[in-house]
Formats: sequence, C-alpha cells, structure tokens
Amino acid sequence: MTAGTQATTPATAGATEKRTALYGRHEALGASFTDFGGWQMPLKYGSELAEHRAVREAAGLFDLSHMGEVWATGPAAGAFLDYALVGKLSAIAVGKAKYSLICAEDGGIIDDLIVYRVAPEQYLVVPNAGNADTVAAELEARREAFGSDGGGVSLRDASAETSLIAVQGPNAQEIVLSLVAADQADAVTGLKYYASLGLELELRDGGVPVLLARTGYTGEDGFELFVANEHAAGLWDAIRAAGEGRDLIPCGLAARDSLRLEAGMPLYGNELSRDVTPFEAGLGGVVALKSKDGDFVGRAALQAKKDDGAGTTGGRRLVGLRGLGRRAARSHYTVLKDGRQVGEVTSGQPSPTLGYPVALAYVDVELAEPGTQLEVDLRGKAEPFEVVALPFYKRER
Amino acid sequence: MSKVQSGLRYSEEHEWLDTDAAPAKVGVSAVAAEALGDVVYLDLPEVGSELSAGTTCGEIESTKSVSDLYSPVTGTVVEVNQEVIDNPALVNEDPYGAGWLFTVDVTAEGPLLSPEEYASKNGGEL
Repeated sequence: MTAGTQATTPATAGATEKRTALYGRHEALGASFTDFGGWQMPLKYGSELAEHRAVREAAGLFDLSHMGEVWATGPAAGAFLDYALVGKLSAIAVGKAKYSLICAEDGGIIDDLIVYRVAPEQYLVVPNAGNADTVAAELEARREAFGSDGGGVSLRDASAETSLIAVQGPNAQEIVLSLVAADQADAVTGLKYYASLGLELELRDGGVPVLLARTGYTGEDGFELFVANEHAAGLWDAIRAAGEGRDLIPCGLAARDSLRLEAGMPLYGNELSRDVTPFEAGLGGVVALKSKDGDFVGRAALQAKKDDGAGTTGGRRLVGLRGLGRRAARSHYTVLKDGRQVGEVTSGQPSPTLGYPVALAYVDVELAEPGTQLEVDLRGKAEPFEVVALPFYKRER
Repeated sequence: MSKVQSGLRYSEEHEWLDTDAAPAKVGVSAVAAEALGDVVYLDLPEVGSELSAGTTCGEIESTKSVSDLYSPVTGTVVEVNQEVIDNPALVNEDPYGAGWLFTVDVTAEGPLLSPEEYASKNGGEL
C-alpha cells in the first residue's frame, strides 16, 4: 500500500512549526499532529469519523488557536476596513460579525476572514492561520495608504497571545451555558448566529474574560471563544468538564475539514487563492460593489471581472459534486464532461454524514447548474458525479 | 505506537502476509491503518483474479486519503473478506484479525520483511 493522494494539508515549514498554548493538552490526549499553516495542530485524537459524528450528534471541542487575531481600533476603524476589505464592515452592528475577504489589487483573494465588531470603534479581524502574517502586514500597509497617520486607526496583531477554542454541535449551547453566570444565561441563549458577546467566566483561575461568538466552521450550532493564552488550558479543561455527560469529545483538523466540506464552506488554499476571484468562488455577495461608495483595494479589478461575467456567464464556478459511485474525488483531480477536461476538484472525500462522496470543484460556468452530469478522473477511471446545490449538509433547526 | 504482529511477514508497501494460513492471507499493517485514518471503502481483487507480486490489486480509501493496494505475492485470489468490504472500519479496529482482506493461492512471493525489519523501518511496536 502506498499513498496515492495524501491529506490536503498545505505543506509548511518543517521543523519550525509553532505550538498553541494547548499543545500539552493535545499531547496528553494522544493526538496525532499535522503541520497546518505553520502550526503543529492536532489532526485527530482517535477516530476522525467519531469526532465528525460527535459534532453532528452531540458536541466537539476544537483548538483553533492557530487562527490570527488583528484588532482595528479608532473612530475610523469601520471606514478603514471598508477600504481594506471587500465588504461594508462599517455597517456591522456592534456585537455582530460578518464574513469577508481581503483581496489584492487584481481582485485575487488574499484570505477569507471573519470580522467582529465588538465595540463602536473596535473590530476584531480573524484571518486563517497560514495567512495571518500576510493579512496583518497587508492591513498595516493599507492603513498607511488609508490616510495620513493611518487615518486615526490603530492596528494590533494579537495572534501570538490569543487562543481560540470552539465548541460545536447540538449540545454546544448547553455546555457553554453551564460555564456562564446565571445572570448571563439569557444573553448566551439569545446570542444569534454571527453575533458575539464579551463576558467573564468564573473558572478555577478566577474570572477569565472571553469573547464568545456564535460562529463556526462545521455547519452545526456552536460557539468560538477567544481567550488570552494564559487562560486557554483552564478554559479547555472547564469546557471538557462541562462536556462530561454531554458527549463532548476533542476534535482535530481532520474532522474540522470533513465538517466544513459537508457544510459547503470554502477552505483557503483549496477553494480560495490569489488566482480566484470572489465571483467564481460564489462569494460575489460578499463584495460590496454597490453598497460602498468609496474606493477599496481591488475595487476596479473586481468591478471589471464582474462586468465580464466572471463566475456567472464566463470562466469557471465553484460547485458541489456528489459522487454516484463509492469512490471519492480528491483535491486536484480533473473534472470531465464527455471525456473533455472542464474543471478541477479542490476538496473531496467520502461524506461521513451522507454516506456518499462529496467534492467541491471549479467547473466551466455553463456546467455549474445543479443536475448537470459530469465525471471525475479517479486515478485513470472516469466516475460519474452530479452537480448539486450547496451545502451538501444542512442541519435541522 | 502501532502494533507490528509477530508470525507474519510484511511488504514495503505495508501489506502483511500470513503463510501459516492455507491459503495465505493478506491484510494491511496497523502502522498503515493508523496512517490512513478511518477506512471507508475498499476495492479488492475479485475471486479467481491473478495477482502479481509488487503490482496494484486494489484501493484502500479513508476519509482523508486514498492509496493503492499492492499484492505481496503472485498467485490466484481464493477468497475475499466480504465482512471487511461491508464494514471497512475493521481495517482500523482489527487489522491483523477481522480486518484481513483476501486469501491467495501463492505461486511466488515478492520481497518481504520480517516483523522486526518492518517495525524498525516503520516505527511500529512488536
């Protein structure tokens, strides 16, 4: 047996991977580690399928401390982010969050990120681990271009001192509720998807300030908790204790990847890159060409691509594929139509929840309609796949 | 650390061969099963098909990857483990037992390693 295709983890620096504040916890749990975005991260603790199912059926606990955290503060912070990113971040209500993109001048995607407005003049920008340094540097360069003296915006890259822990799954709310003071329970219960709340948790270290956000990357209900590194292990332990009797298990990046794929969510490096525009990725709605009057980085190029019909009438489009056989398509496999190359798979694997192979792929736009019959070259043999609407999996509410 | 079972011999490609069984039995090592992750699909050779040592004879697919299966021997497939096809997780749960893949009427063996050699090469535990 030799590996034909390996996991889609981007290759990163060899011996210099960073470790999160929770590395010791993962090691003690017997995790297998993988290099991801320059970090040594748990790939799985036991069976990645069991971890995947735990999130769908009960709850899973993730260390996401490799993600970046950049704070933008000041009276013009919203206006600055409107200039630096493609969305209209000044329009986010305090306590809400928005999915956005940072694009290059040519419209290519530098990263996808979540922006939380935690106070009127304070935003938290969360880029992917592998892009955190690039995004921080890019934001700084754009701050300088934004106005003299940065236009009254200050930036602080807090990635190195901030941990991020996610609790995802149908039991997540119950677990988080058991950690918060009684007078805050209603605020947590009432927290909407893509909303956040600053609160202090009474843990064994005493009061620990966290930013609690109802966000995730799994397709389930769940929370992400930003906390200072020195409190990360205490919070992790408290969540695990709260998860006893609620079927919470620690989950690694393997489960995270299969969960996000079922939920049809893109992964930077697979679906998103500098060579892709938001329109092709199905993220045209994230680009505020209409609602933003002012200039923003990439605006001209994005307008031109939109006018060209990128992702709608021309070029390629990101689609979901369902395998009609049992063999799964994997990243970089060729998509065919009647033997002709019409696209490329960006992510794919057997869906643990659905029981059939699923994949994301870029295909020629005229073949992007759900129901379109295509094939994928699975190591020399063309196997049938059908274009399906995304997401593959949607939780019952 | 993953177990390397004594009493078997191993190929470079991580298949094990049990020639004490008649006909000889083939599976994949625990080292390989662990590296693959949860196995979800097996494509095994059909009964009666002719295998050639060191060439591909099937596929083993996990959630995260897919790998070719190489035959450690030359010969004819006698039986295929239907139970492991129906429940590929057996490869992870019991790679040297219920997770066996197929049996072969062996006419020639490819290059094989002793458990000690295989373990020292692959970091397994005897």
